[in-house]
Amino acid sequence: MRLTWMRTAVAAAGLALIAAGPAGYAQTIKIGVNEPLTGAVAASGNFVVNGAKIAADEINAKGGILGSKIELVIEDNKSNPTEAVAAAEKLIVRDKVPVMMGAWSSTYTLAVMPKLMEYKVPMLVETSSSDKITVSGNPYVFRIAPTSGMEATAFADRVGTMKIRKADFLVVNNDWGKGSADVFGKMLKDKGVAIGVIETMDASAQDLNAQLAKIRSSDADTLFVTTAVEQLTLVLKQVQALGLKRQIITTGGSQSPDQLIEQAGAAANGSYHLLFFPPWAPEATPNAAAAKSFVAEWRKRGYTFAGLTEGFRGYDGIHTIAAAITKAGKAEPEAIRAALWETQLTGLNGKIAFNKVGPSGKESGQSTAAVYVVKIDSGKVTLVR
Amino acid sequence: MHGPFSASTELDQLLQHIVNALMLGGTYALLGIGLTLIFGIMRVVNFTHGELYAFGGYMIFFLTSAVGVNFYVALVAAMALGVVLGALIELVLLRPMRGADIDTTMLIMIGCWIVLQNTEQMMWGGVAKSIVSPLTTEPLTIGPVSVAWLRVFVFGIAALLIVGTYALIHRTKLGKAMRATFQDRDTAALMGVNVNAINTATFAIGSGLAAAAGALLGAVFVVTPTMGDLAALKAFAIVILGGLGSIKGATIGGFILAFVEELGAGYISSGYRDAMGFLLIIVVLLFKPTGLFARAERIG
Repeated sequence: MRLTWMRTAVAAAGLALIAAGPAGYAQTIKIGVNEPLTGAVAASGNFVVNGAKIAADEINAKGGILGSKIELVIEDNKSNPTEAVAAAEKLIVRDKVPVMMGAWSSTYTLAVMPKLMEYKVPMLVETSSSDKITVSGNPYVFRIAPTSGMEATAFADRVGTMKIRKADFLVVNNDWGKGSADVFGKMLKDKGVAIGVIETMDASAQDLNAQLAKIRSSDADTLFVTTAVEQLTLVLKQVQALGLKRQIITTGGSQSPDQLIEQAGAAANGSYHLLFFPPWAPEATPNAAAAKSFVAEWRKRGYTFAGLTEGFRGYDGIHTIAAAITKAGKAEPEAIRAALWETQLTGLNGKIAFNKVGPSGKESGQSTAAVYVVKIDSGKVTLVR
Repeated sequence: MHGPFSASTELDQLLQHIVNALMLGGTYALLGIGLTLIFGIMRVVNFTHGELYAFGGYMIFFLTSAVGVNFYVALVAAMALGVVLGALIELVLLRPMRGADIDTTMLIMIGCWIVLQNTEQMMWGGVAKSIVSPLTTEPLTIGPVSVAWLRVFVFGIAALLIVGTYALIHRTKLGKAMRATFQDRDTAALMGVNVNAINTATFAIGSGLAAAAGALLGAVFVVTPTMGDLAALKAFAIVILGGLGSIKGATIGGFILAFVEELGAGYISSGYRDAMGFLLIIVVLLFKPTGLFARAERIG
């Protein structure tokens, strides 16, 4: 008899604990964030997360969404596609997030995508720009970052004014880099520009002298570089050390010019960068008020200014997700997915609204984005208008 | 600017590749000789070698930026701190494990590797750090070939350290005691060699060389918490290529790896640069399993 009592008591206590667990969290709406916080591209991933946190705090300060606060569940994908898949699985299965943002690199995003189909959870893609992502027939992918193709098209107008006659490419050896070389090469050929050598580099490679020596023996006038800011620093320093004289244009929007100035010094002078948010001129963006307050909040939190060009992605991403959840009226994956198609807002980059791309019946969402060109001159960044 | 492709630009490119490979080979050799002492002579599968390399990079960064120490002084200090950290690892982790199974030691070293890497991450964050060197950023240009002054400096220091280590192992009493200890521990002890001290010294010197390589290359490239991973992999490759325990082998192995990578990237495919080196190792091991320069193993 006594034993039964004890059993009941233990069981009751256990039940109370189980009940208390979820109840404690019932107040928040979870959003999964899958970013590289360590490893080769850690700088960029951390900036995106900083932007996401500013957006979440802003939303929560105004009372949250659907009467609940939002909670970011942030996972580190360690700059590694395998870890990105593990992080997504953990977010979906253990944290039960109804929607995610991620996974920075095209390679990590492509790795995660089958999991979205498997668990039927939508993911907002904030950075990845490989064209492959939205044309593979995955209806759970919604991308606010421009594709490399869109970036190339936006840049086409400037080919004449920048007097590009022959171009070489040095790109990171992954979906992003090679995809970018493809679409920029095609665009340049259409404009009558000759293409010289196309060199690739492993994402973690530090010594790029072999590639640069080969590029030096080409007679091109312009070098397009596509990679993350860490490797770009090394490229610029080694270009200078080789005495290579070229007009350098970097693509992809993950270059953080201020970090380049800080780490590559004079080697960064004269280079052009295609970006999706110009923090040096927030007044030139479509949502100037939001841009100014974002830059001010970023500074207030003591984040490095260089990270703003990347951080805005996280900010726009979380605002888009929050708008979709509000529209859906409930924090459930299918409802959010449906609502994303109708979601419209003006982010820091510009208008966000999803168009259908890819095979019919299982289209992915792709928003169009504005592209800005900046130049580094004697250690200062200027917007090229 | 540059003329169209011609025989002379082809030659210029080849010359540039050769100079690049020489510069890179110097640091590969430095990485290799540090590990050949520990892995080749001591027979400890040292997974912390890459972390000592990263430690050297972080120390020179910390000393030059936060403490404001002169670059050259910081370089020497980074190496000295590498020696100290190496000695600590040997005393605290390896000495109690002497005579233990190789698997046990390996697991301990893997644990130490993870702890060191995460400590660096915690202290300095994941964002790459740049070290400002006092050398001019204008390249040294000789005819068609250009090279950064910093690379020349790094090559010089690496060469100095390699020659110094060779002399230490082959020309000094300490070196003789080291070789004796790892050839036959019991006999060496009976001959009056303090084998415990020799173990600590060997591990510390190997670690110091790794830290020196990290400090030198940290200044050339950037410093990140994961910088040691690829470095350790390459160090193992170089040591295996050159033959375990041979300083000469590790030096030549370092240069061979650099030449294969550089010419492979220049003339075959730059995307598979790192694969070329490992392909070479597979070929060498197929035909000469002891590596290129090791003497036949003495058993018993």
